[in-house]
Amino acid sequence: MASLDTGGGDSGHKKGPGVKKQKRMSTRVDMTPMVDLGFLLITFFIFTSTMSSPATMDLYMPKDTKNEEELNKAKESGALTVMLGKDNHVFYYEGQLSPDGSNFKSSSFDPEKGIRSVLIDKKKHTSDEDMVVVIKPTPEATYKNTVDILDEMTINEVKRFALVDISDGEMQLIKATEGAGGK
Amino acid sequence: MPSVKIPRKSTENDMTPFVDIAFLILSFFIMATKMKPPEPVQITTPNSVSTKELPANDAVMVELDGKGRVFFTMLVENDPEAKMSVISNLNTTRNLGLTQAEMNNFVKSVSIGVPFTQLKSLLSQPLENQKNVLQSGIPVRDSANNELTFWIRDAVTSLAGKKINYLIKGDNAALYPDFKNVLDAFKKNDIYKFQLVTSPEDAPVGSALYKTRNQIK
Repeated sequence: MASLDTGGGDSGHKKGPGVKKQKRMSTRVDMTPMVDLGFLLITFFIFTSTMSSPATMDLYMPKDTKNEEELNKAKESGALTVMLGKDNHVFYYEGQLSPDGSNFKSSSFDPEKGIRSVLIDKKKHTSDEDMVVVIKPTPEATYKNTVDILDEMTINEVKRFALVDISDGEMQLIKATEGAGGK
Repeated sequence: MPSVKIPRKSTENDMTPFVDIAFLILSFFIMATKMKPPEPVQITTPNSVSTKELPANDAVMVELDGKGRVFFTMLVENDPEAKMSVISNLNTTRNLGLTQAEMNNFVKSVSIGVPFTQLKSLLSQPLENQKNVLQSGIPVRDSANNELTFWIRDAVTSLAGKKINYLIKGDNAALYPDFKNVLDAFKKNDIYKFQLVTSPEDAPVGSALYKTRNQIK
């Protein structure tokens, strides 16, 4: 231990009777104020430090083109359209939207039964080259939802996806479903 | 009866190891802490499984807060001249009438979130007062007068020849249309590759990404 000899007790040599005993000062310093200050600084730095440094996620957008021929064509069987509504609601349909809206389904961001399971399911019976996910956020969708669904693409390793504006017909279906109290 | 002498132990303990550890932790936190620059807005970023690190240089960052306000930041620590050239360019093209001191103020400031019309009154104030000013955000909603387009255009010109990173930092509560407006401002400058600033999280167990990542290891 690094304890210092305090010179306590009478282990020293006996001096002669005429010699005055010199009082030895203790070399031990009271460390309490130093420790106080040390811990004060520690708490300060713990509170101010930002431990997790932010990460970045790549997003590549296509060039806006008016030319129909330049647009990428997607196979109907491999297409999955995902729409983001308000209050974290997710809607999706496979292939083309049927006129009566019968293949229009609703889902959520639930990690177990939400849109992830739909994507996994779709991936199972579609080849990688054919699979295209079209993401259509409504004006009521939040930025968090948008990032979450893009993240789902990374999580499920969907290679082809696109961020597209929503069409009026789909918007009406979402409005109707939300109005009917659907999930 | 022989009395047993119990030696009295001092109640004072030796604090030295304790102090050693305390200061070790303290020095660790001092080293690990990166002082955050003062931000005019608080933004909580969404989580993503992405692990790419945030670039600190040659980056143009657009921040989007929960109320839809847009802020423009240039991360050019190595090259303050770039910021100067942006503001002097804007000063001429948009007739802002800024003085040299106000332009110097811009170089030192962190992020800007006011329309061009209010830029002079913001920059005329000393730097420490700027963060108290309520900034209304750069107008982006009107596609005919998307002022962010001009900011980005000049930033791109001033950083010409470098690989610029385009960062978008959005708040969880921001709505998609505002995000889309920001993207449109970039698209008008023929920029299609972005990096979204997010907080890291782990890949969910059992997902395809989780399997790939663990195979590599």
